[in-house]
Amino acid sequence: MIPDDLAQLFHEELRDLLDSLDRGLLDLRATPEDPALIDQVFRDLHTIKGNGAMFGFAELSGFVHGFETAFERIRSGAAKVTPEVIRLALRARDEIPGLLDGQAGTADARQALLSDLSAALSDGAAVHSATRVANPPSLGQQDARQTHWQTLQFALDGAAFDLGVRPDLILAELQTVGAVGFVAETDAIPDLAQLDPSVCHIVWTCDVPPGVGEEAIADVFMFAEATWTLVAKDPAPQAQPMPAAPAIDTADNPPTKTEAPSAPTPSAAPTVRVPAERLDALMDAVGELVIVEARLTELALNSQDAALLATAEQITRLANGLRDATMTLRMVPIRSLVGRFRRLVSELADHLGKPVNFVVQGEETELDKTLIEKLADPIVHLLRNALDHGVETAKDRQTAQKHSVATVTLSAAHEGTEVVVRIRDDGKGMDPAKIREKAVAMGLIAPEASLDRSQIFALIFAPGFSTASQVTEVSGRGVGMDVVKRTIEGLRGRIELTSEPGQGTEIALHMPLTLAIIDGLLVDVAGERYALPMGAVQEIVELPADKTNPDTTSDFLDVRGEFVPFLRLRAAFDCAGEAPRTQNVVIVSASGGKVGIVVDRIISTQQVVIKHMSKLHAHVRSISGATILGDGKVALILDTAQLITLGHHQAGSAGHARGAAA
Amino acid sequence: MSQGQNQRAPTRPQTMVTFSIGPQRLAVPATSLLEVMDPLPVTRVPGAGRLVPGVVNVRGSVVPFADLGAALGLPRGGDVANHRFVVVEVDVGGDLSTVVIHADAVHEVASLHPEAILTASASLSPWPAEFLLGLYKSGDGFVILPDLVQVFSTLAKKPSTPSSNGTTI
Repeated sequence: MIPDDLAQLFHEELRDLLDSLDRGLLDLRATPEDPALIDQVFRDLHTIKGNGAMFGFAELSGFVHGFETAFERIRSGAAKVTPEVIRLALRARDEIPGLLDGQAGTADARQALLSDLSAALSDGAAVHSATRVANPPSLGQQDARQTHWQTLQFALDGAAFDLGVRPDLILAELQTVGAVGFVAETDAIPDLAQLDPSVCHIVWTCDVPPGVGEEAIADVFMFAEATWTLVAKDPAPQAQPMPAAPAIDTADNPPTKTEAPSAPTPSAAPTVRVPAERLDALMDAVGELVIVEARLTELALNSQDAALLATAEQITRLANGLRDATMTLRMVPIRSLVGRFRRLVSELADHLGKPVNFVVQGEETELDKTLIEKLADPIVHLLRNALDHGVETAKDRQTAQKHSVATVTLSAAHEGTEVVVRIRDDGKGMDPAKIREKAVAMGLIAPEASLDRSQIFALIFAPGFSTASQVTEVSGRGVGMDVVKRTIEGLRGRIELTSEPGQGTEIALHMPLTLAIIDGLLVDVAGERYALPMGAVQEIVELPADKTNPDTTSDFLDVRGEFVPFLRLRAAFDCAGEAPRTQNVVIVSASGGKVGIVVDRIISTQQVVIKHMSKLHAHVRSISGATILGDGKVALILDTAQLITLGHHQAGSAGHARGAAA
Repeated sequence: MSQGQNQRAPTRPQTMVTFSIGPQRLAVPATSLLEVMDPLPVTRVPGAGRLVPGVVNVRGSVVPFADLGAALGLPRGGDVANHRFVVVEVDVGGDLSTVVIHADAVHEVASLHPEAILTASASLSPWPAEFLLGLYKSGDGFVILPDLVQVFSTLAKKPSTPSSNGTTI
């Protein structure tokens, strides 16, 4: 049985490998002769095969082996990459996840796919010259290897059995390269009392036929920590690349080689895979540290002891550094999702017969890992919609005097305290009249209702709404936009939609950064303390004397000629007591607009560790989280986007009331 | 409810912690109890309603503070010096969550034999029966066994009663 954590690691790696395979195959379609890409694809396939075999997915590794064999023809330059090959290869790649969770198609279908693939590769049998440049092995080594049988001796390192290494599979794989005469040396096995069952104490030797190089052996040990030596039998002394050491049973033998459990791809920077919960634990610890640091600073300020103050200052600086470093660990560039989207768009464009140029901007934009995972499905949905409903056919585009290739853009960027992901198409746009008509027909709105443009567009997020007159395989069943909206709002994000008939549609997803620690502005409202994310704060002004009376109808503030609605937190939060004579207005802004928040007093700015509110408080809209202050008490963090909406809503209804009175 | 029935199932004696809210004695399984502590400052959550009115800092975690008495319709009372916070770990809507309950007094750890538990009938008991696992008789009168999973999962699903003037925040 595979331990759960290993199985999970395997699944995670497989997912990454499949993504990389996707990317490689799609890039290969654009540049079919790039040897580096061909190698990349080959390496991915090989790793998938090896991992699959190691974890006992025989069918998977068998299939991928066939896949890999077919691709070997390309790698060796015997065949060329054609769009057909890529198409079949992508289909073959899609079989892989099914083989893993037991939901695969029939073996016959897979076999047919492989035959198609090798047939497609034989068609383009013309050998192309741009073959890969192999690392030429040193001649002497090559000669000895080519002409002499070799002796391979190997031992598995470390807690091999704990790591899931299967010696039987390794032996079987060695047999496939032609190894014979296996001898297991059991001398090193200790007495039962000293036996560590996770360590493999057996050392094997076997004979490897001429022509099998170190590379082939290294491939066998790709997924096992093993120490091995490969020595040509009776080699010519001058041709021996390694120090002549026929007796290879000593542990400190120089020509040994240790392979990492999985060969890292040379192109990728070295990375460490860490379970997310360990990062969470680290973040929690840093959070505690920041809280203690705030407490220390408070104590130091009270004591006025110079040495203590200096130390506290130093701790603050160190804690800041640690906080920043830890936070970046959790951030993942949106690029990790993009491969999936490119594949989707390319296939959908083919399927719908609409030529589409997919542009990605801001791939490097980083988002919290959990957020990225949850955004994938909504984005897939929006891209599908853009291609299916937004983009016209090439013919229609020509009629409309547009470039025949449509452009769909996915962009991501940081804006204030938010990350905004935009999906834009230059298609036919949405027709407000048509949406309205449909909404009336569905009984969503009354025929005489007067709605402005944005209100009409908002209707498409109603459950069951779809304007596509024809339900297609891709979309148009009317499920989706409401789900997208729910998902985004569940993550405390917002959706904005803009559309011009004939010009296209843009959907913007405004997501909170959900950083675990932010710079906060601490304010006092009727003796209660609240924190505002500093990133959203624009400026702080004093509440004009003529506005201090809560009964004044015009809750607008004139900020250098701009009218900003404001919200009295005392009223919004049902605070008891009288407001002080002077109050401050904190003007916060997000892409949703600006609003002034009236508070009693500004306390300070400080680092705020965001703690999430429990499910029991999930319905409280204007609070985005909580934090622990230096004195150990809890302060709530205000949700600025919600407050802006609330402020504008209130200003709107006040305006209505005035209009009715007049 | 399934969770509640599971809690009723064991045939071996269960260790319970008893406490009071107003005149009523309650008992919760010691396995769901994390700790009992002196009252801490509660931060009010505007718009959260009276059943889960605030949050508390319990050893660096922000934990919701629940007024179990209000949920069960029990009056508060007792000497302030005896007031305690009972920290429990409960399944709330599918996630194991820590919740602080106000108790007017905490009494003892008692062993309770499952056969002693009586079913709270909806018509006879003065308490909302859907929130009770049952009750048993002790020297100090009836002790009720609140179904914490049910109480908190219900509170998480629907917003508790809105604040006095009905402002939705």
